[in-house]
Amino acid sequence: MYGGGYIFEEPKRQPLSAQTPDDPEKLAAFEKRIANGEKIEPGDWMPAEYRRQLIRLIEQHAHSEIIGALPEGTWITRAPGFKRKLALIAKVQDEIGHGQLLYNAAETLGKSREAMINDLLSGKSKYSNVFNYPAETWADVTVIGFLIDAAAIVNQVANAKGSYGPYCRALERICYEESFHLKQGHDAFIELATGTPAQKAMLQDALNRWWQPIMHFFGPPDKASNHSEKLMQWKVKMASNDDMRNQFLDTYVPKIWELGLTLPDPLLKKNPETGKWEYSDPDWDLFFEVIKGNGPCNKERLDVRKWAEENGRWIRKALMRPEEMKRQTAPVA
Amino acid sequence: MENLIKELVTKMADDALILGHRNSEWTGLGPVMEEDIAFSSMAQDKIGHAWALYRMLQDMEGGQDPDQFAFLRPASEYKCCHLTEMPIGTYEFSLMRHFLFDHAETVRYSSLLESSFLPLRQLAQKVKGELKYHTLHADAWIIQLGKGGAESHEKMQAALDSCFPLAAGIFEPGPDDGGLSDVYPGEKVLQERWMENIYPVLTKAALNLPGEVTPAYGGRYGQHTPYLHALLEEMGEVFRQDPAAAW
Repeated sequence: MYGGGYIFEEPKRQPLSAQTPDDPEKLAAFEKRIANGEKIEPGDWMPAEYRRQLIRLIEQHAHSEIIGALPEGTWITRAPGFKRKLALIAKVQDEIGHGQLLYNAAETLGKSREAMINDLLSGKSKYSNVFNYPAETWADVTVIGFLIDAAAIVNQVANAKGSYGPYCRALERICYEESFHLKQGHDAFIELATGTPAQKAMLQDALNRWWQPIMHFFGPPDKASNHSEKLMQWKVKMASNDDMRNQFLDTYVPKIWELGLTLPDPLLKKNPETGKWEYSDPDWDLFFEVIKGNGPCNKERLDVRKWAEENGRWIRKALMRPEEMKRQTAPVA
Repeated sequence: MENLIKELVTKMADDALILGHRNSEWTGLGPVMEEDIAFSSMAQDKIGHAWALYRMLQDMEGGQDPDQFAFLRPASEYKCCHLTEMPIGTYEFSLMRHFLFDHAETVRYSSLLESSFLPLRQLAQKVKGELKYHTLHADAWIIQLGKGGAESHEKMQAALDSCFPLAAGIFEPGPDDGGLSDVYPGEKVLQERWMENIYPVLTKAALNLPGEVTPAYGGRYGQHTPYLHALLEEMGEVFRQDPAAAW
């Protein structure tokens, strides 16, 4: 799904670029290629800082896919009816597949999948904050499937035009699959919105709870964001947080309102003069608290991944180091 | 005759739904991402088979809507075998269950290619291609982990020891047995064919079949482990909020 627009800051560490300055001639040639719209490929020369930022971006995106599978995954066993059950399994399976694609893309930059997973489990590497909230009812699954997938598509379509070849190609495939997820999510969302009074109430409640995490999804306002112009120039970051948020609101708020649902922000409206959406500032202190690990589900999400890692260790070991074993006794027929 | 066919189709559908449901629980939890994806994929196939079989029942006299039939029926009316009901437990348990069950499905659907009952014959044509990949997957992993070092071998042997009596319950002689020789050859024949198929793989995996076992019978007559009741409670939790509503 699910790369949020926001690239989380790493713990303080001296960037490699500060230790070994890039060759100015190579740097100029590299920047010229990007300005010309060329893609950078794994074997090409690239500034150390470009490599570092890309690893961070793709790795966070990959983690977001596999962690993002969890809140919806808990509803696979409760999905109502064959159609929803099959669609939800297929969707969550796709997210894991996206994780796999993205880890592969990040590995082309020189960090192994194992190292990335270890950094996820230790808390050093982040994932999209939106998955640190619980999916409390079936309606939450439809809100995630419709609106969070939609938000992710806004971000990913932008990033697919970036400069790093393997990431762009992975994103093209991901966006193609995401468009089906969005259709499924939209279909399930509409089913509740046009359903019984209890179903509508369930959906409205879910929408109220998810609105703030959705507003957080694209990251802090541009005026408070500390991303360098360099990332935009190098086409690592393709659109600003506010621009992506505005694009999302522009497409989806009317669709939500059309269904007779409300959004929990009295200030939310499109300014006819500027063409931009206006809204109450979501609680950014809370956003940073959740990043620090203090959200409602941070621990639960990482605990699940730790369980999978710990319980699967012997299997990975057996796969990596198979030993031929002698048959001890003949089987009993 | 039609009642006997209904018994057969119901137990096949219930087996597929319940095991598909269990396999889907691995989505997001597998030991490697590739296994998450594989279990999830097989879960979709199984649930798809179940859905097709429930639709087959719906088309027979007195048939019900598949969602209503699957999501609202009490455990005592389910005809699945105990193997499918057990929680996912450890990966080695789920893998061994998948191996034993999918080989059983393979011999069952192969026999149905010659069934006198056209809907089952048609479904068997479609399903056989999917099952080929399920057993390829199971065999590869059973052999790899059976020979994957002492710890791995020990775990796989323990999984076989605990799964085998449960798997023998797949072939519990049911109310349908004996009266359907044109439709399918009966459980005893299927069990013999199943043994012929799993034995060479277990040999390659250096795993030993347990000796005398007591098959876990009862499922085909609606007697189940407490796990099935809990699974059905969970599966129908949303649907039961309003069974008349569209979801």
